Amino acid sequence: MADALLRLEGVHTHIGHYHILQGVDLAVPAGELTMLLGRNGAGKTTTLRTILGLWRASSGSVRFDGRDVARLDTPAIASLGIAYVPEAMGIFAGLTVRENLLLAARNGPLREERLEWIFRFFPPMKKFWELPAGNLSGGQKQMLAISRAVAEPRKLILIDEPTKGLAPAIINNLIEAFAELKKTGTTLLMVEQNFHAARSLGDSVAVMEAGRIVHAGRMADLAADEALQTRLLGLSLEAHQ
Amino acid sequence: MSRIDWKPLLLALVVLLGALLLVQNPSTWLTLTIAGLAMGLLIFLMASGLTLVFGLMDVMNFAHGLFITTGAYVAASVMRRLAGPAEAESLLANLGAVVPAVLAAMAVAGLLGFFFERVIVRPVYGQHLKQILITTGGMIVAEQLIVAFWGPEQMALERPRALRGAFIVGEMALEKYRLAAVVVGLAVFAAMLVLLNRTRIGLLIRAGVENREMVEAMGYRIRRLFVAVFVAGSALAGLGGALWGMYERNFTVQVGAHMMVLIFIVIIIGGLGSVGGCFAASLLVGLVANYVGYLSPKIALGSNILLMVLVLLWRPQGLYPVGRQ
Amino acid sequence: MIETILSGDRPRSRVLAGLLLALLAALALAPLVFPGTRPLDVAAKVCVFVLLAASYDLLLGYTGIVSFAHTMFFGIGGYGVAIALSRMEPGWGAIALGTAAAVAVALALSFVIGLFSLRVKAIFFAMITLAVASFFAILASQLSGFTGGEDGLTFKVPEILRARRVAYYFVFSVSLVLFLALLRIVNSPFGRVLLSIRENEFRSEALGYRTVIYRTLANCLGAVVAALAGVLYALWLRYTGPNTTLDFAIMIDILLMVVIGGMGTMYGAAIGAAIFVVAQTYLQEAMQSLSGALKGMPLLPELFHPDRWLLWLGILFVLSVYYFPRGIVGQLRARTP
Repeated sequence: MADALLRLEGVHTHIGHYHILQGVDLAVPAGELTMLLGRNGAGKTTTLRTILGLWRASSGSVRFDGRDVARLDTPAIASLGIAYVPEAMGIFAGLTVRENLLLAARNGPLREERLEWIFRFFPPMKKFWELPAGNLSGGQKQMLAISRAVAEPRKLILIDEPTKGLAPAIINNLIEAFAELKKTGTTLLMVEQNFHAARSLGDSVAVMEAGRIVHAGRMADLAADEALQTRLLGLSLEAHQ
Repeated sequence: MSRIDWKPLLLALVVLLGALLLVQNPSTWLTLTIAGLAMGLLIFLMASGLTLVFGLMDVMNFAHGLFITTGAYVAASVMRRLAGPAEAESLLANLGAVVPAVLAAMAVAGLLGFFFERVIVRPVYGQHLKQILITTGGMIVAEQLIVAFWGPEQMALERPRALRGAFIVGEMALEKYRLAAVVVGLAVFAAMLVLLNRTRIGLLIRAGVENREMVEAMGYRIRRLFVAVFVAGSALAGLGGALWGMYERNFTVQVGAHMMVLIFIVIIIGGLGSVGGCFAASLLVGLVANYVGYLSPKIALGSNILLMVLVLLWRPQGLYPVGRQ
Repeated sequence: MIETILSGDRPRSRVLAGLLLALLAALALAPLVFPGTRPLDVAAKVCVFVLLAASYDLLLGYTGIVSFAHTMFFGIGGYGVAIALSRMEPGWGAIALGTAAAVAVALALSFVIGLFSLRVKAIFFAMITLAVASFFAILASQLSGFTGGEDGLTFKVPEILRARRVAYYFVFSVSLVLFLALLRIVNSPFGRVLLSIRENEFRSEALGYRTVIYRTLANCLGAVVAALAGVLYALWLRYTGPNTTLDFAIMIDILLMVVIGGMGTMYGAAIGAAIFVVAQTYLQEAMQSLSGALKGMPLLPELFHPDRWLLWLGILFVLSVYYFPRGIVGQLRARTP
């Protein structure tokens, strides 16, 4: 198994009086796609936000590429090469598609190859290039959010429930794009509820429950073990398509 | 700015035409309209900084009127020193007095803004209650300091010689200063539009107003930008104050505070965080104040508050709300 | 028995208890101890403003709402009774009618404003109250036929109240009773819910308290008490005008009183109001001499000019918000374990 690009050890996060993350230990191997699964309220989104520094970990360490980033502020962490696609997508509705992508390309102009990649997998981006992003449909907004994450080479991309509320055709489109993305060597940490997507894309898997990781291993192993699936997730991967 | 929402502009048209019907005399109407536009544009100068600061960083500076007052006082002091060039016949010579006065006003207001952001506002980011209290307190203290320094009497600020009086066109008297104010106001607005829509900084500001967290998650230190916007907003307010002082020709230390009520109305009508909305709302408020001031002076001051209530009933988020996720 | 009167809200600090007792004694014995009309004027003003500040503390300190419309309700009370007494026979019937009308208007207005507060953020709300208060002030000065305009209304009061001492004790006792009533309210289950809403709005909603209703109720209560304070003040001065009730300076004064005294304590409002009114009257003289002594120096005489007393109180206010968020009362309580 590859080395861990991202490693969380004993991470606790408090939000107000609520103790959401209660000692998270997570290793995200480099160059792979790690799926973060779990029921609603388990703390998956909080984990992503803590990694990015949007919420401060009250204790524990978050090591990215060997560095402890738990005490850094969000812009600093992002600058180390981490992109974030939140559940609400976070696109700027008043800006055009072009402007959204322009903003995402921090370190210089948008490179041709990148743009070609984006247009190939997400044709609506070309169609709506000069129009306000607020005009896009839900699926197209998601495409834009992902396009932004890949506008420049990143070491790690954090993605929160990309397929939520989308039509099956679009979901398949996204799965193709992610599969392609994996080939570029980018590390991905994805939270997903759609198990078809999870199983087809995930290399590693971690399952969260009540603020802790209760299982970590290879996706292939979990996919083959129905009993384990039912125990961890309350239903089998097969049943939840 | 691809697709513009036309409905609020229709509202402006209704106001303009309605006023024409009520005033009846076209030349009076034109005079009032120009006065309204001039006043509106000056209010825009004063309000734009505040709405951006709020949209960007969720900070409401109740002491914003301070920058207006400071601008007016500084401009008055400088103009007094430069009475020579100010009283000269040629416009060019006059500019030798007005430009330094206005630049000084902007500089001092901007500096004050920098100090304010660092010392008063920064410690209370995110705590709205404390923000309201502290900025109100800061305003009280600063107002008192201004009076201690300049004295409690009314200050006079005369317009430069070349801009006094009016152009007579047929029946109409078009005040020169008001026309100049319109020109300056539009120029600043145009510059702001260019900055916001054609530069990277403008892009960051527009994105930040929508979703500050996401901009930070994309690696941008938007807090630094905030200081710059705060200072720029203060400087603009200082400019507005200086020009407003010349518009009214005299003022007291309360000038900023009095404008604040109108400014709040403007940014609420326009939509918090929206520069375009602020522009439209400022013009509306300026026009309404002048039309009603002519038609029914008693309710003039209250008419804008009524306008605000009406607009909020139609669009609770303001005319051009910033698209928040 | 003291516990019952104070509704269980003990001062919790020897110094504070001492101060409060001294204040109570001074106010109760004012006509007997202090000769001359000015001290009695100051004492009456203290009584009224203690009540007014306490009603504001209900909003600011206990519910966490910043409103700039409080003086509007103060004015409504004053004008209500003033209009009634100028138009009708100056008797208790007129007072009752004027007060009832004022309370009704205050209740209605605060209810509407309270409903509005649920939809908008605190900052939005503060701005709107500022606009509404300005509008009201404009109305009051423009509708001169009704309100006496800029000059206000002078009127006669019932026979009994024409004797200064009697009038004073009337104002004193009503203020005291209403203040104790406020103490009872904030120490009741209702008051506790208010505090919990202020601390953590989400949690309170989750626990099933409709925060909207509570905040609106608090708004209304505060407004009604403010109106009653306005009635008292009008009866004492035998005059109501925009400058005694609706001036924004008065709004600022109340804000300072509550914050410097200590938000969310009630006693803070009392202490703050007392300090403020006394300082307003007597500190200015001290500053006058100081300013005279500093003559010839640059700027300093202006800084200590008696008209600049608000500068120093403003600085105290800003410092309080930063360093003494619990105000004087909080500081005193912190020292006594």
